[in-house]
Amino acid sequence: MQALYAQLLVGLINGSFYALLSLGLAVIFGMLNIINFAHGALYMMGAFCAYFLLHLTGIGYWWALIIAPIVVGIFGMILERTMLQWLAGLDHLYGLLLTFGIALIVQGVFQNYFGSSGLPYAIPDYPEIGGFRGLQGGMNLGFMFLPVYRGWVVVFSLVVCIATWFLIEKTRLGAYLRAATENPTLVRAFGINVPRMITLTYGLGVGLAALAGVLSAPINQVRPLMGADLIIVVFAVVVIGGMGSIMGSIITGFALGVIEGLTKYFYPEASNTVVFVLMVLVLLVKPTGLTGRAA
Amino acid sequence: MSALTDDTLPVTPRAMRDEMMVFAAMAVLLGLVPTTGIYPFFVMQALCFALLACAFNLLIGYGGLLSFGHAMFLGTAGYCSAHALKVWGLSPELGILVGVAGAAALSVITGFISIRRQGIYFSMITLALSQLLYFIYLQAPFTHGEDGIQGIPQGHLFGIFNLAQPTVLYYVVLAGFLGGFLLIYRTINSPFGEVLKAIRENEPRAISLGYKTDQYKLLAFILSGTIAGFAGSLKVFVAQNASLTDVHWTMSGEIVLMTLVGGLGTVFGPVVGAFVIIAMQQYLAGFGQWVTVIQGVIFVACVLTFRRGIIGEIAHYFRRSL
Repeated sequence: MQALYAQLLVGLINGSFYALLSLGLAVIFGMLNIINFAHGALYMMGAFCAYFLLHLTGIGYWWALIIAPIVVGIFGMILERTMLQWLAGLDHLYGLLLTFGIALIVQGVFQNYFGSSGLPYAIPDYPEIGGFRGLQGGMNLGFMFLPVYRGWVVVFSLVVCIATWFLIEKTRLGAYLRAATENPTLVRAFGINVPRMITLTYGLGVGLAALAGVLSAPINQVRPLMGADLIIVVFAVVVIGGMGSIMGSIITGFALGVIEGLTKYFYPEASNTVVFVLMVLVLLVKPTGLTGRAA
Repeated sequence: MSALTDDTLPVTPRAMRDEMMVFAAMAVLLGLVPTTGIYPFFVMQALCFALLACAFNLLIGYGGLLSFGHAMFLGTAGYCSAHALKVWGLSPELGILVGVAGAAALSVITGFISIRRQGIYFSMITLALSQLLYFIYLQAPFTHGEDGIQGIPQGHLFGIFNLAQPTVLYYVVLAGFLGGFLLIYRTINSPFGEVLKAIRENEPRAISLGYKTDQYKLLAFILSGTIAGFAGSLKVFVAQNASLTDVHWTMSGEIVLMTLVGGLGTVFGPVVGAFVIIAMQQYLAGFGQWVTVIQGVIFVACVLTFRRGIIGEIAHYFRRSL
């Protein structure tokens, strides 16, 4: 049973990354009508940003959690201003091709300087609260041993996902955003700066990817290609869940992570492929995806 | 929404004549390659990729379907042919047949699944399916995992042509390429091809005119996947191996890049694009990962400033369809 719980936890962690990444993809797709193929590369940049902060400037994990998403988010907004905005009105496919090119550039540059092997990033050992040194160590829950950092990733991701959902579905800013998704011309006529909102939305989506990257740095090591294979799984998640609903992306992300974790326990040979197989099944039964509207 | 090829000219007798003249020139030039001392291995490899890109272009350029998983047909046909030649000891023609049949079967299944969604979702589904296949091949025993199938015997085609001789192999690959190219050319100029273009331009209207668009898209997908598989089988004789790189998503990306550089939806664009990209990889092989970066830059530059591609720009300049 210990092993089952451990795999469930791994599944929840992967699910957190799927949720954060597919959430960003959904938000970006809503505003820009672009599937952001560079999402995996930007996730990787988030992890590298945390690594650089620690090793070049000595800034630790907690600040990296704030600074890395902002830095990568600004990088994303520069991409949007200089390149993506010129694709407005063209076929969706050009957005996919352009961001694929950006992903190749970013991953290639990092691979040149850091090869393909992983760089270690330590779990933070501060502040000391009670018996715990930061997020190191673990606690015995009776039925399983829970490494503190892993529990933290799941809880924190869930909080960020729900905060994003709240921002988009329940606040005034989110209302503008949803309105601009439906009819940008009309929202502009009301005096709202839609192009700036598009840029900020892209920055938000990219920032979420970078945040996932920082969270994963102590678990998965920092590698130039850490996002390359992940993004394809996230695409499958997005196909399964559909991009029409924010909450749908979050739930699908976590659920698929858990299913993947269970597969690792019961039938490890299929753990790489289970998400893709589920995608095929969903397409056969309900082609529009579980929560999505027809695209 | 603007279509992928905004200035497609109608098929006229003059356009057909132009295209046949270019085709004849291309066939003659390629036929003369062995006499020029150009490294035939390079041209053969480029021809295989050119046919692959043409097959891909049939889907994107004429059907409006961007497949981001076309490497799965290349790799599947490669593995099937390699296994048939090396383990079963079949003759080359049967080896090719096994490879093409494998790719055709795969394209029936994957086509049935992926055409259930349109546009951007179609691209993501094909990419995910090819990644699924990549993991299957990584674990399946007959592919030999990371090592791939090495040292494949070339044999005698129809018992006559010794494929171990570079010149003979070259003409066989060239014949295969030209045959595949003509098949695609015939397809896009057939009534079937016209319906495909109609679906690309406006699918709801095509449906309202009574066309069962899903059947047309599925047939185009199967045709494209099968021809891509044929290119993969030919490549086995050239490279004498079948490996995981042929199924990886980076390969699918390269196929897209070749077609984009040459010109989406142009008849000759994919051929030119394949030669440009293969030549670039050949010359820049010593630069390691910078090749990836350069490919990325070409992607970005093409999408932002050069959407018609090389042949598309030439055709636009002369107001011709090429």
